[in-house]
Amino acid sequence: MSVLVRAVDLTKEFRVGMIGGFRIIAVDEVNFEVREGEIFSIVGESGSGKTTIARMMLRLLRPTRGAILYRGKDVWKLKRREIKWFYREVQGIFQDPYATFNPVHKVDRVLNLVFQVFYPHTSERERRERIEEALKSVGLNPREVLGKYPHQLSGGQLQRIAIARALLIKPKLLVADEPVSMLDASTRIDVLNILAELRDREGVSTVLIGHDLSLAYYISDRVLVLYRGSIVEMGSVEDVFEKPLHPYTEMLLESIPRVDKKWEKRMEFKAEAEEREVYALSGCRFAPRCPYASSKCAERPPLTRVDKEHYVACWLYAKR
Amino acid sequence: MARPLLTIENLRVYYDSPRGLVKAVDGVSFEVMEGEILGIAGESGCGKSTLIHSLILLKPPMKYAGGKALYSGVNLVAAPPSVMKRIRYREISIIPQYAMNAAPPAKRIRDLVRDLVRSADPDADIEEVFERARERLKLVNLSPRVLDMYPVELSGGMKQRTIMVVSTLLNPKLLLADEITSALDVSTQRVVLELLKDFRDRGIVRSVIFVTHDLASLYQIADRIVVMYAGKVVEIGSADKIIHDPLHPYTKALVSSLPRLGVHYRRQKLSGLAGHPPDLVNPPPGCRFAPRCRYAIAGLCNREEPPTVEVDGRIVSCWIYAKR
Amino acid sequence: MRIDVEKLHGTLQAFREGIALALSNWKVRIGLGIIAFFVFLALVGPYLTPYKPLQFTGAINAPPSPQHPLGTNSFGYDIFSQLVYGLRASLEVGLLGGALATLIGVVVGFVSGYKGGIVDEGLMMLTNILLVIPTLALLIIIAAYLPYRGVLIESLIIGLTAWPWTARAVRAQTMSLRNREFVHLAILTALPSTRIIFEEIAPNMASYIFMVFILQFGGAILYAVGLDFIGLGPTKGISLGLMLQQAVLWNAIQLGLWWWAIPPGLVITLLITALYIVNTGLDEVFNPRLRRR
Repeated sequence: MSVLVRAVDLTKEFRVGMIGGFRIIAVDEVNFEVREGEIFSIVGESGSGKTTIARMMLRLLRPTRGAILYRGKDVWKLKRREIKWFYREVQGIFQDPYATFNPVHKVDRVLNLVFQVFYPHTSERERRERIEEALKSVGLNPREVLGKYPHQLSGGQLQRIAIARALLIKPKLLVADEPVSMLDASTRIDVLNILAELRDREGVSTVLIGHDLSLAYYISDRVLVLYRGSIVEMGSVEDVFEKPLHPYTEMLLESIPRVDKKWEKRMEFKAEAEEREVYALSGCRFAPRCPYASSKCAERPPLTRVDKEHYVACWLYAKR
Repeated sequence: MARPLLTIENLRVYYDSPRGLVKAVDGVSFEVMEGEILGIAGESGCGKSTLIHSLILLKPPMKYAGGKALYSGVNLVAAPPSVMKRIRYREISIIPQYAMNAAPPAKRIRDLVRDLVRSADPDADIEEVFERARERLKLVNLSPRVLDMYPVELSGGMKQRTIMVVSTLLNPKLLLADEITSALDVSTQRVVLELLKDFRDRGIVRSVIFVTHDLASLYQIADRIVVMYAGKVVEIGSADKIIHDPLHPYTKALVSSLPRLGVHYRRQKLSGLAGHPPDLVNPPPGCRFAPRCRYAIAGLCNREEPPTVEVDGRIVSCWIYAKR
Repeated sequence: MRIDVEKLHGTLQAFREGIALALSNWKVRIGLGIIAFFVFLALVGPYLTPYKPLQFTGAINAPPSPQHPLGTNSFGYDIFSQLVYGLRASLEVGLLGGALATLIGVVVGFVSGYKGGIVDEGLMMLTNILLVIPTLALLIIIAAYLPYRGVLIESLIIGLTAWPWTARAVRAQTMSLRNREFVHLAILTALPSTRIIFEEIAPNMASYIFMVFILQFGGAILYAVGLDFIGLGPTKGISLGLMLQQAVLWNAIQLGLWWWAIPPGLVITLLITALYIVNTGLDEVFNPRLRRR
């Protein structure tokens, strides 16, 4: 399988406060690749840097250091003409469907713009047919949504229109930032199913950004677990979720409420250190909460390959 | 089981909106037993949040439209303000969803506690309450110093634990919790859920009503679960039965659309629920779930309201289970 | 082409809804009513009077009478004629100067807020320099060097100096809208920046920009009055500021010629107050809507 995207030492720093503020390294030298025809999940809690990564992949945010390479090309060094090519191949879906649509325009606009910009030589009739077809393929009735303003539609409907828009462009890669977190539980699964079908039928890759491990498990092929801007573990769904190695991954998996077994004893927990301290740590950022932390953890653990596809960043598994 | 602490009978609470009167809670009945954690599950707009907020303070745009919520002889939804003032916080307390974000930022936690206690019980010994607060903070793994901190100094998980302590300082009998874990990270969610259970086990509160859209969380801590859809109760049963053997078609759909670890698209494809909930300004006649129901009986479900029947120790509102 | 018509229709529709919403506020209605009255007076007034503003009428210092509804001044000019012609000039300055200041401010604000980086820094440096220079002093210097000054020149001078705070306010709004997802989606559609600014960001600020214009309109009128009053107004013709200047210069109040001194000041005050009321009303109407989104 060929590689679509490669993140190379991807780093993003933010400055908090004007004077006397501090720096937050939101994404810290992250390396990963996204392959053709796979769903690659990036999971993490708030403050893990997952949305920052999504924005950098979509060329909405410039990395402080490192780069996003799409088909080998640094997306921030694209020429004007190549930018259009890039967005024909790479598209995004955002978390808040209501914010995705401009309140002053009808929802049709985002669909019509696709043709205006990317496929200007399409006839009016073909445009209409393809728009209707795309809407139907995401489970919408075109007559119910076309000609409406965003506030007249539900979050689920809007999110599907956003997906339909992406489908019209026929991208090779979709970057979906928490696409279902604002939808009702019963409609979430259908949106994920659409992404999975897209992968199986058309070979579209998806980078699924999220915090819900069960959802990530459901459709992903590979998973990356982030904690405070660093990769802690990466591998196939089976590797990460069924044979977790990193103490943080273990803790996460223990924390999700399951419906097949009840929690037996109370989970022990260590209070988290203050935010600015965590981001300033030069060693493992999970160490303050880690039950296995040792003096070694003051140094940054390397991302170690423990199995064919399974990587973990923890001194417990580092090979010397 | 024990006696009921709260009995809700055919409760109707509507609210005003620009489009008309929204029938958010429309004929709801259930009981909260002494010592139990009762979960209320449902999706956005099903009325679960309106329901519990009406129990503590029924204020505009909410409107009382009938029925009872009986707590030791008092109908909470129709009692005069003076009576409610005696009950609120002291007997029944609530952990609101965005509590700390709404708190005045210039006040320390200690000031919030003092204000709350003074308004509920002017005669309370404030030093004693502070002492209790320090103990409880230790109980939830927080430093007693939190009392002297400002809300902004606390992280999301710390805020939620603090607000749990603050809202239960007067040992209320009934605690209402509205989506208290939704905004939290997974790792802090479990902590908060377990503390809720711990509070009940230690007798700090007697019973809890926990409202959430997250069935899995309810399964972990609730004794019984009430499932609501479009302003009505569709099913009530023990947490185990609701999750592992749901009766009502809506509960079935909800449970089967639940992603869980170990379930992968390639091995077991889940399906969601098509369509969307009805408009509660103009709810459809008959069963409100009928338009989306796979088992709907034409000419019956979309015409007549389903009866509420007891099946296998559970209460379910569905024509399928009616004895015809 | 069809799409364009549709878009135009949609814009018109939104515009009409906005106006209906604005007119639902009583402050907006009252303020606009007063302004409409003065605009009407400025348009029609010159036809109601037989005299030119700088025409000797024969009567000197005459109190109000049927021939001279507002009397005459010490030069024998008809005050009513001066007032309606002067109102015309003042409204012209307000409209032109206000529009120019709004236009420059909005464009600079949009570009600065949307582009960010070095463009933003450059534009904001210029803006801040203009903001700290005492504008009135600058106006005096510019005006003093121009041998001939008409309404147009005066508007130009005002428009070119009054835009900085508008630019800053629009920039702040643009920066917050820029990070909204619908702007991100437009970037993902490879739309050029100008289209994103004018089709995605600007429509969300339409009511805000209108309010800015109202403020600039009032500001320009006041600035013009100030310039006129210190003798740097139009070199010929009449304006409300010039009337005020002459009334003070020739001791109208001390001589008890209230009909000369009061009308220009009263009209200016009423006009500015009306604009202020409209602005307050618009704020009441549009701000909660912004918050609800």
